[in-house]
Amino acid sequence: MNFDLTEDRQMLQDSLRRYLGDKYQIEHRNKVAYAEPFHDPAKWGELTELGALFALAPEDAGGMGGAGFDISVVFEELGRVLCPEPVLGALMASRLMTAAGADQEALLSGETRYAVGLGELDAPYDLSGLSTTVKDGKVSGRKSVVYGGQAADVFLIAAKDGDSLSVYEVQASDASVTGYAMMDGAGAAEVVLEDAPAKLLLADADAAIEDAVNAGVVALCSEAVGAMDVLHKMTVEYLGQRKQFGRPIGTFQVLQHRAVDMLTEIEQSRSIVIKAAAELGGPDATRYASMAKNLIGRAGRLVAEEAIQMHGGIAMTWEYPGSHYAKRIIMIDAQLGDTDYHLSRVAQVA
Amino acid sequence: MDLNFTPEEEAFRQEVRDFFAENLPDDIRDAVKNGGELTKEIMERYHAILNKKGWLATTWPKEFGGPGWGPVERHIFDEESCAAYAPRIVPFGLGMLGPVLQKFGSKEQQDYYLPRILNGDDWWCQGYSEPGAGSDLASLKTRAVKDGDEWVINGQKTWTTLGQHADWIFCLVRTDPDVKQQEGISFILVDMSTPGVEVRPIKLIEGGHEVNEVFFTDVRVPLKNLVGEENKGWTIAKYLLTHERTGIAGVGFSMLELEEVKALSKKIMRNGKPLAEDPLFAARVAQAEIDLEAMKLTNLRMLFTAQKNGSPGPETSILKIKGTVINQELKDLRRRALGPNAAPFPGSLSGSNLDVAPEGHANNAARYFNNRKTSIFGGSNEIQRNILTKTMLGL
Repeated sequence: MNFDLTEDRQMLQDSLRRYLGDKYQIEHRNKVAYAEPFHDPAKWGELTELGALFALAPEDAGGMGGAGFDISVVFEELGRVLCPEPVLGALMASRLMTAAGADQEALLSGETRYAVGLGELDAPYDLSGLSTTVKDGKVSGRKSVVYGGQAADVFLIAAKDGDSLSVYEVQASDASVTGYAMMDGAGAAEVVLEDAPAKLLLADADAAIEDAVNAGVVALCSEAVGAMDVLHKMTVEYLGQRKQFGRPIGTFQVLQHRAVDMLTEIEQSRSIVIKAAAELGGPDATRYASMAKNLIGRAGRLVAEEAIQMHGGIAMTWEYPGSHYAKRIIMIDAQLGDTDYHLSRVAQVA
Repeated sequence: MDLNFTPEEEAFRQEVRDFFAENLPDDIRDAVKNGGELTKEIMERYHAILNKKGWLATTWPKEFGGPGWGPVERHIFDEESCAAYAPRIVPFGLGMLGPVLQKFGSKEQQDYYLPRILNGDDWWCQGYSEPGAGSDLASLKTRAVKDGDEWVINGQKTWTTLGQHADWIFCLVRTDPDVKQQEGISFILVDMSTPGVEVRPIKLIEGGHEVNEVFFTDVRVPLKNLVGEENKGWTIAKYLLTHERTGIAGVGFSMLELEEVKALSKKIMRNGKPLAEDPLFAARVAQAEIDLEAMKLTNLRMLFTAQKNGSPGPETSILKIKGTVINQELKDLRRRALGPNAAPFPGSLSGSNLDVAPEGHANNAARYFNNRKTSIFGGSNEIQRNILTKTMLGL
């Protein structure tokens, strides 16, 4: 047994932590995360030069990683700085392109930005109810809240093709894209397709889509762990500094215990993400990805709400970095299936 | 035991209901319903409508121009105004300063300020919290020093709600730094247009502007702006903390919120079925409904005690704690119901005709985050627990 990172992953973590810590300080992060195009195109290039995207794909697909632990390392670091770059879309697109055996050099080098359109207004999590359809190689439908869609060059779109799902490649120029900032910063888009010219990437894609979602879930859970860890440290530091009634509020036992409860939940979160990352790509991947997303949904709410409450008014302000961490942690729950959705999946898959 | 209101109370309820049906303008109702900004203009217009009817100062006795209601009538008014999507009355002049002046103010102060509050001539805000004095309010440092026939005030207040609209601020200030903290505080009224008063906005977590910092630099106000006795301001502060707290549970707002959640869950579709049929979501709603049902009765029981004893007891802290937690849970359900479609930053999609949420719900995530304040302000829920520990448990 060994819970240490391999040397390569440790190096990746170190270099990402240095780079991101330097380049995404909270003022800059907030500036780019809430103003068009809701990320920092110049830093996207630098981040990809560091190999952040190559780490997400296996060697035979042109990458240098692609395992659950590679994804975990990258996204935990992104979570620590609330990085608004559209890496999730790249990861999920890469999983689909790997399944299709497609060339993804342009994706992994960061030259072409991909976003994946799965969920729809009436089918945000469970994709069995998708209404996007294909006719004569043209796709019609509306994909809602496509993460990174505001900055994408290419969309990979899940569409109903008879009884199964297929994945089509649609150029952004052939879609009607309405981008916006999200509550927690970074961008998404409503993508409306009306007989949009499309190239079939994958037929009978249900299993590949499930794998892409599982990878996305491992990524989001890792991101949440990174953000929770930072927010918890911020809270503990504040408890030690803030004085009321003539002493640091961290000397009040009721707050000490609640800070410990946060820590306990974060450790549990870290553990379940390790398990989900280990199982990614295997036969039980879905079960463990869902376990992780459910646990992190619950832990995230506790950590975010308790962090705000124990800080008091200061964490209700835009100026205080902790408020942005709390927002990100809460909003992660609604990406790729929430606490309840994944609970029901665990119950079914068991 | 009889859980029914008297026929007189029921008749009063009908009267309030009819009043709102006939007099609440559509644009004000829609702004409340859709969580839009309640502008100064809207609030002043709404206050004027109530004032014309004599129902604006719900806690004031008749002698000062209030309706002279007891706790049950106020409760009925609160419930009906919520159900009609009427705004919450801005409390600083009407609910806070008014009662303080009635109990502690001079005849001259009562005669001058109270009619102006009723008529909307002055918008008041509250100068209590400071950067270093939140839960530990008595440690406040803003200093007022006598100089001739004036107070000279220096310091800073924060979390000043709607201070951007205010003409006046009532402040707790330190007038004697050499005695026990609680014994050196005074309650002083400051005209916001006095030189040296500066208001700076605080942007909130969800991007909105409700609260402010207020800075005082050599601000000179007349000695007669002191309310009550010098160095007895803490008594006033405590009076305000316990005065008319029966509305603090916000039961009316939560009842409305529950109806909104239920209606929303019938509209939102998940793979061909309404969200309301998702057993896990339905269980969350049911759980909140159970808690709210109990809260309604807890609220009424405390109302009954207040009616009987003439004043509410310290147990109203229970209403603050549980009332805010239930309302926060309902806000969570609103956001949760939208799933990923709660993500867009409010206003970010304006100009587009693409809806991501049913009408009135596009800002559900913003409402959830903004509402986290309720368990922090007005004496945080931790402070309420301290009060209960001392008063109810005797520990």
